[in-house]
Amino acid sequence: MEKNRLTWKIGGKAGEGIMATGIIFSQSSSRGGLHVYDINEYPSLIKGGHNTLQVRVENREIFSQVRGVNILIALNKETILLHRDEIVDGGGIICDIADAPDRKDIRDNVRLYPIPFNDIIKEIGAQSIMKNNVALGASIALVDYDFEVVTQVIKDTFKRKGTSIIDENTRAAKAGYDFIKKNFKDDFEFKLEKIGEKGRMLLTGNDALCMGAIKAGCKFYSAYPMTPASSILHFMAAQERRFNIVVKHTEDEIAAINMAIGAGFAGVRAMCGTSGGGFCLMTEGFGLAGMTEVPIVVILSMRPGPSTGMPTWSEQGDLKFAMSASQGDFPRPILIPGDNEECFYMTMEAFNIAEKYQTPVIVLSDKNLAESHKTTDKFDAVRISIDRGLYASPSELAASPDTTFFKRYKLTENGISPRTIPGTKKGIYSAASDEHDEEGNITELSDNRIKMMQKRARKMDALTKEIKQPELKGPADADVTVIFAGSTKGPVREAIFTLEKEGIKVNYLQILYLNPFPSEKVSNVIDSARKIVVAENNFTGQLCDIIRENTGKIIVHKILKYDGRPFYPEEIHAAIKEVVTHG
Amino acid sequence: MVKMTDLNTIDRPNWCPGCGDFGILIALKGAIVELNIEPENVAIISGIGCSGKVPHWIRTYGLHGIHGRALPVASATKLSNHELTVFAIGGDGDGYGIGMCHFIHAMRRNIDMTYIVHNNMIYGLTTGQTSPTSEKGMRTKSTPSGVIEVPVNPIALAISSGATYVARSFAGDVKHLQKTIVDAVKHRGFSLIDVFQPCVSFNHVNTYDWYKQRVYDLSTVGHDPADKMKAFAKAQEWGDHIPIGVFYKVLSPTYEDELPQIKEMTLVKQAIDKIDIGGLMDDFV
Repeated sequence: MEKNRLTWKIGGKAGEGIMATGIIFSQSSSRGGLHVYDINEYPSLIKGGHNTLQVRVENREIFSQVRGVNILIALNKETILLHRDEIVDGGGIICDIADAPDRKDIRDNVRLYPIPFNDIIKEIGAQSIMKNNVALGASIALVDYDFEVVTQVIKDTFKRKGTSIIDENTRAAKAGYDFIKKNFKDDFEFKLEKIGEKGRMLLTGNDALCMGAIKAGCKFYSAYPMTPASSILHFMAAQERRFNIVVKHTEDEIAAINMAIGAGFAGVRAMCGTSGGGFCLMTEGFGLAGMTEVPIVVILSMRPGPSTGMPTWSEQGDLKFAMSASQGDFPRPILIPGDNEECFYMTMEAFNIAEKYQTPVIVLSDKNLAESHKTTDKFDAVRISIDRGLYASPSELAASPDTTFFKRYKLTENGISPRTIPGTKKGIYSAASDEHDEEGNITELSDNRIKMMQKRARKMDALTKEIKQPELKGPADADVTVIFAGSTKGPVREAIFTLEKEGIKVNYLQILYLNPFPSEKVSNVIDSARKIVVAENNFTGQLCDIIRENTGKIIVHKILKYDGRPFYPEEIHAAIKEVVTHG
Repeated sequence: MVKMTDLNTIDRPNWCPGCGDFGILIALKGAIVELNIEPENVAIISGIGCSGKVPHWIRTYGLHGIHGRALPVASATKLSNHELTVFAIGGDGDGYGIGMCHFIHAMRRNIDMTYIVHNNMIYGLTTGQTSPTSEKGMRTKSTPSGVIEVPVNPIALAISSGATYVARSFAGDVKHLQKTIVDAVKHRGFSLIDVFQPCVSFNHVNTYDWYKQRVYDLSTVGHDPADKMKAFAKAQEWGDHIPIGVFYKVLSPTYEDELPQIKEMTLVKQAIDKIDIGGLMDDFV
C-alpha cells in the first residue's frame, strides 16, 4: 500500500464539470495538509471536446505533474481509450457502467470500478450533471480519504449558489462514496490520509499574480479576454469593489494598454494583461509608454503561436517577441516568474520597477503557470515595500517657471526625472510620443535626440545594478547545470529530485529577468560548469539565443518542447541523463 | 482668475498659415478661461496628425499619444482622477478612421469628457490622402480616380452610439466654437464636438468659403436637442445647407457615477501602502 502519493485524473467532455470536480479534489487534498499540483488540458470550445484535469498529491512539496495515473475518472468512453495507458500498475478506472470497457482491453493489473451513475442519480433525485460528483465520491472512497473534508469543500465551493445546490452536490458525492464502500473490497493500493490542517492556499499562477498586483496597489486593470490571461481579468473584476480597483474589459487590447497608460499618466498603478496575439496589438502602446515614460505593468501570458496557434495550451515562444516588442530602442524590463511565490513577489516588484524607472514592465507567464493550481504557503505581504519612485519635490515645483512646461524629462545622471501628475500645480507638462526635449516639447534636433536616447537607456543601466543576480542552486561540483526560465522550473526541480536519488549531481540557474539580463552571472556559471543544459518550451531555443546575445556563449545541449504541453519531469530527467552519459 | 496668457507656451504652433486648427486652439483656450478651470486641472489627450499637436501649444497637462488612441488614454485618465477636466483631441482620420472602434465604445461608456474632432475631410500631415469623411468622388493622392466609399456620418453615429452630447461647430467661427466647447464641458457625460476645420494645404474643396456659404446654427431654426429622432434627421442634412450647433443632448448617468470604487475619492488619491490581503488569502485556503 502506498500512502499520500498519487495522481488522480478526471476526463470527459467540456461542460460536464470536469474542472469543478477536479478542483474540489485538489482543494480537499490541500485542506487535509497534503501538497497538490494540478494541471488541466482542454480544447478551445464550450461544450464537448475532451477535457482533463490531473491532480498530483503528495506529502512533500511538489512542483509539477508527473507521468503515471493512479485513479482515472472517465466520464465517457473516449477518456478510457485516450488515457488507459497512463494508468500505473494497481491503479483503477472509475466509469459509468454503460462505458465500462471489455476486461481484455484493459491491462490485467488495472482495476475497474464501473458505477451505475444514472441509477444512483435517479435514486437520490439529482440532475444528471451530478455524475461527476458521484465519481468524485467514489474516488474518495477508493483512496479512503476523510469524506468530511470533501463535504466542507463542496459547501465552500457552492456557497453562493445556495443550500439546495450544496446539498445536491454533497448527496451525489456521498452516494458515489457509499457505492464503492458497499460493493467493492477495500483493497485499492493507493490511499490518501489527512495530515492536519496547514492553512495553505491552493492557487494558480494567475491567482498569485493578481494577489501581488492588488497588494502592490494596482488601481486600474484593463484587458480584453484571451486565454490564458482571462482569469486575471476575472480575478481582478471579482475583487474590484473590495479593493477599490477600476477594472475595464475594453473593446480590444489596443484600448487595454492605452487605458493603462492613461491611468499611469494620471498617477495610479495600472496594469493590463493578455496573451501573445493580444500583445501583438499592444506593442505600439507599449512603445508609447516607453517614450512618454509612463509606468505600466503588462502581463504577457504565453500560449503556442503563431497566430491563434493552440489557444488553451502552453508554450514559452514569446521570449524574443517580448524582448523587442515595439519599434525602436527603449528600456523594456522583463520579469519571468517560475512559480506562485515568484508570481506574487515579482508582480509587486514589477510595479516598483515601473514607477521607479518610469517605464513599461512586462511580466511573462505561460498557460502552464497561469492555470495550474499548486499548494502555496501564505505570502509574506510585507516582504516587498512599495516604492512610488521619484516625484517632483515642492521646491522643484516652486522653481519651475509659470511660462514654460515643467521639465518632466529632465536629464539626470541615472536617467530618472522627477515626475508630476495632472492636478499638480506648477508641474504642468505635455507628454509626447514624438521625440521631445526636457519639457516634453517636440524636437528633432540631433543633439537632443542623442541626449534623450541616452537618458532613457541610463534608466536600464540603473536597473541592471539594482536587480539581484540569479543564484546557482544545488551542489557546487555538479555534473550538470540546468538553465531555464519561467514555469519550466517545476519539472526541472522534480527531475533534479529524481536524478539526485540516482547519484547524478545537478544544480540549476533560474533566469528571473530576461531584461536586464544577468549576463555576468550567467557567463560565469557557463564557464565554470561541467556541462550546461537549457530547457525551454519552444522550437528555436529562444532562451539560448538570449543567452548567446548577452554572453556570447553557445548552448549545445538544448531540451526543447513545443507540442503545447509543458515538460514532464521524466522528459527532462531522461535528457539530462543522456547528456551526462553521452553528451 | 485664469487668463489667456496662463495657457500660452513658449513654442508656437507650426500649423500651415490659415489652418483651421488655429481657430480650434484659440476657442479651446478661450473656453478654459471662460470656465475658469485652473490649467493644472485640465488634461488634454491627443492622437496623431496636425490636431495631435494641440497639447504642446496650450499650457495644461497633456499627452500626445499614438494614432487613433486618444480616447482610451483620456478615458482612463478621467477614471483615475475624475476631478480633472479631460479633453480628447483628434482628427477625422484619427477618430473616425484608425480610432473608430474606440470612438464608438467611448460614447457607449458616457465618461464625462469632451472629444473635439478636427474634421478637415482629408489627411493633412501625411500630405493629402482620403479620409473617412472625404466626400464620395473626391480625388486625393490615395484615390486619384475619386473616393469610392460614402463618407462616415459622425453626428448620426454619435447619436446612435450613446453619446449624450453631440454637436458640430466650425473653426472659422471661433465664437460659436468656444460657446460650444463651454457648453460641452458643462455637460455631464461624453460630449462630441465635430469641428469643420479647413485644411488650406490639401483640401481645396471644403474651404472656409465653402463652409461659410453652407453652415447655419441649429439654434436659429428652433431645433430641440432633446428630440433624438429630430437630431437624427438633422444629422442627415448635407449639401447647400449644413447644420452646426447642438444636435442632441440628454442627461444620463456617467460611467463614473456607476463606480462605487471612486465614490469617496478619486482613484489617484487612494492610499496603497497598507492594503490588507489577509482576507483574500484566506479565501483560497
